[in-house]
Amino acid sequence: MRISLGTRVTLGIITAVILLVVYVPLLVVLINSFSTSSSLTWPPPGLTLEWWGRAFRSDGALEAVGTSALVALVSSALALILGTMLSFALQRFSFFGRNTVNLLVILPIALPGIITGIALNNLFRTILGVPLSIWTVIIAHTTFCIVTVFNNAVARLRRMGTSFEEASADLGAGIWTTFRLVTFPQLRSALLTGGLLAFALSFDEIVVTTFTAGSGVRTLPMFIIDNVARPNQAPIVSVIAVVLVIVSIVPIALAQKLSGSEQQRG
Amino acid sequence: MSTIAPATTPPRTPTPPPRRTAARRGSVYLSAHPRARLALLLSAPLFWLGAVYVVALALLLVTAFWTTDTYTGQIRTEFTLDNVVTVVTNAFYQGITLRTIGIALAVTAIDVALALPIAYFMAMVASPALQRTLVVLVLTPLWASYLVKAFAWRSVLSSDGILDWLLRPFGGSTPGYGIAATIITLSYLWLPYVILPIYAGLERVPSSLLEASGDLGGRSWATLRLVVWPMALPAIIAGTIFSFSLSLGDYITIGIVGGGAQMLGTLVYQDIGAANNLPLASAIALIPIVVIFGYLFLVRRTGALDNL
Amino acid sequence: MRTKSLKALAAIGLSTAVIAALTGCGTAGSGGGAAAGPVDKLGKTEGAVKILAWPGYVEDGSNDPKVDWVSDFTKATGCKVEAKTFGTSDEALNLMKTGDYDVVSASGDASLRLIASGDVVEVNTKLLKNYDGIFPFLKDRAWNTVDGKHYGVPHGYGANLLMYNTETYPTAPTSWDVVFDKASEHQGKITAYDSPIYIADAAVYLMAHKPELKITNPYALDQKQFDAAVSLLKEQRPNISEYWGDYLKEVQSFQSGDSVAGTTWQVIQNTLESEGAKTAVVLPEEGATGWSDTWMISSKAKNPNCSYAWLDYISSPKANAQATAFFGEAPSSEKACDFRDDCASYHAGDADYAKKIWYWTTPIAKCLDGRTDVKCIDYAGWTTAWQQIRN
Repeated sequence: MRISLGTRVTLGIITAVILLVVYVPLLVVLINSFSTSSSLTWPPPGLTLEWWGRAFRSDGALEAVGTSALVALVSSALALILGTMLSFALQRFSFFGRNTVNLLVILPIALPGIITGIALNNLFRTILGVPLSIWTVIIAHTTFCIVTVFNNAVARLRRMGTSFEEASADLGAGIWTTFRLVTFPQLRSALLTGGLLAFALSFDEIVVTTFTAGSGVRTLPMFIIDNVARPNQAPIVSVIAVVLVIVSIVPIALAQKLSGSEQQRG
Repeated sequence: MSTIAPATTPPRTPTPPPRRTAARRGSVYLSAHPRARLALLLSAPLFWLGAVYVVALALLLVTAFWTTDTYTGQIRTEFTLDNVVTVVTNAFYQGITLRTIGIALAVTAIDVALALPIAYFMAMVASPALQRTLVVLVLTPLWASYLVKAFAWRSVLSSDGILDWLLRPFGGSTPGYGIAATIITLSYLWLPYVILPIYAGLERVPSSLLEASGDLGGRSWATLRLVVWPMALPAIIAGTIFSFSLSLGDYITIGIVGGGAQMLGTLVYQDIGAANNLPLASAIALIPIVVIFGYLFLVRRTGALDNL
Repeated sequence: MRTKSLKALAAIGLSTAVIAALTGCGTAGSGGGAAAGPVDKLGKTEGAVKILAWPGYVEDGSNDPKVDWVSDFTKATGCKVEAKTFGTSDEALNLMKTGDYDVVSASGDASLRLIASGDVVEVNTKLLKNYDGIFPFLKDRAWNTVDGKHYGVPHGYGANLLMYNTETYPTAPTSWDVVFDKASEHQGKITAYDSPIYIADAAVYLMAHKPELKITNPYALDQKQFDAAVSLLKEQRPNISEYWGDYLKEVQSFQSGDSVAGTTWQVIQNTLESEGAKTAVVLPEEGATGWSDTWMISSKAKNPNCSYAWLDYISSPKANAQATAFFGEAPSSEKACDFRDDCASYHAGDADYAKKIWYWTTPIAKCLDGRTDVKCIDYAGWTTAWQQIRN
């Protein structure tokens, strides 16, 4: 399909403008992290490196980042396992209730977070009498992370087809060996994309976390919400955001390269 | 007879027959019994989703049919339709529901309008290297915390913020905090979630189809309308599910840039917390649940759910 | 396939209904705690204490290195402090219900509810050496003492003041009418506290401006008086820029000019002043609502000895002076004024002045002003009305 040069240029310009606007608030955050005003008024009255120094020395912030990373890691890992299992089940088999299960997988992310949050809070605290802790957060996060892995895996499985696996079985490989040596390498980049997205979702999640975290658990979004209300801590929050963005560019780019090369081969 | 002698291969030792370990026997059994494989694959995830999520949801919805004794704060577990009826018929709740749905629709419309050109450019015009860069550029803002972005918009929209500074020379001014601000901020927050599925969907359109369409005499517009659009529609709808449902239940953004306005999520949050009225909160929560189920049901046929 | 999935859906629905029926009365509310007597003697401190407090009450230097009275406490008792802040009394109540906190600084509109629900325990004031040094008029008050039992240690008290932008109002306002009747002069630039308890502020205004309503206590409002207060607030709504429940919102709001007048706490004005903002506060002639806080101990406290240690420490003259000076309220410790030089402006120890403030109290159906011929609107009613006012 030939797209005229005029259309290409217009589209290019629109894309550039929208992306520019997308990054303006991030620029505001960047500038705020250097602002001398502790309550982040605009325009900033002056610039200082103080907040950057304080952020890296702030025990609360570092601990919160650690907690978030741990929760996100475990949730993504669990979601990877459960999501992959589900994707095989739904993509390779047809069975009674398949559409319902499909719907079920999507529900945790399709329903608003506050509903998931209060439902799980009610379940844990009132019904089961279990105290809230880091594990309740992980359980909650895994539940809505499953879908990102699931969708990526299903899409890939659809493209892969079963011929390689059948050939492998014909050659005498057991189920686990086939999975390990034939299926998994093809699935890898889809799982990586899904896993990364799950990690990002879990890392930044605030609503469900508010309702399922015990008092000793403070993830990064909780730290942010606590400190955005304290005049002298707000700029530190901006610093954290900037660092997160910078740090995230590498894995995103990497994941993109990996899945991109897979697509070109496939 | 070929003049090229086959490459001499060293004599192969025959591969030993597989050992009959337990793992091997299990594997043989599973290969022959697809149902068993299915059961094994489904058990853990379904148990998780069922026991954790479905049960939690069902128990929550059950509380919508209970009430809270306002004097003692205890929940009375006798079945009553009071809360549900109040939420459905009371003008106040109706107003907030309409406003929330309105905001969600507006945000979805804006996001789709913005996402389409970008996704199209990324999928159909950009070179592979540019594509990858653009994906990184679109995904990166997702990592700057939701809260930080919302507060950044609070700064941008304030009376002495950037927007005001930009519009003043043209005689305009910032809309300030309120519904408009909420719509703008929510559109901004969910944009990457809408761009990605649409981009993925457009990318999946095989170029062979586009060429075939061209060969059959279809010009760009016709190809777009008759070939690309039907294939991309499920992906677009998948994107709208995100922006619609995320907006429908949001209460944080409107608290930051909304001035004093409230959405359904705000009411649920207050009733859980300040008012200690879980039954009423559940009754209100029924509204977004019903709306989203309705939307999901409508779009199931389009195959959008596979594109999330 | 469609009928099959419908059947599956029905199966799931049925099983969950069964589960729900079985769990039946699973959602028991927080039952009244066992009314055990207070602790008789203190044991060894546990090494940690979790405090739930208003922002600014528990400062450990992480906010501003010069503002720190927690480090001395930790050094003296070995109790490491973990503090969590909240924006409104309702939030505090909610957090206390989880049972995760040992100590809470409760305002009058939270303390009685905490006592009634059994979330806090009676405090043995004989175990606190600094209790005797507290101003007598703060002790044995309705919000901290029930049936002769003390439930906590008084902290400071203060009023909800009127803050205004000195450039918008070159002459200082003297009445709350700038946020009510005259609010439309600055439409969209007035701010108010985001809690149902703010209805009392409207009632205080009506006490002076509509005496025919015969309101004697802004927390004891019968239907007619309540409706008048609510409609005053609904009239105010279009003039509101935003309702604030946390510090930064109000500070930002006044600095950016999004708000020019509204209700505030002294500590917020202090923050704005330190940033060079052009704001000032005044206590208007109609009087004001306010708060008198009490440190209370949770019935589920895991660190009771450290909790008592904190209560004792924070009511000691020096710490009390530091904490209340930072927040901008009158101290509860008589000798605290030895450590503060602004006691006079806060009317510290002035029982008559303290009487003029309408301290936050939870409205209940039994009218707080003693009337028995009418029923007053209880807090649940205030909460519902507040949602509708905010719209």
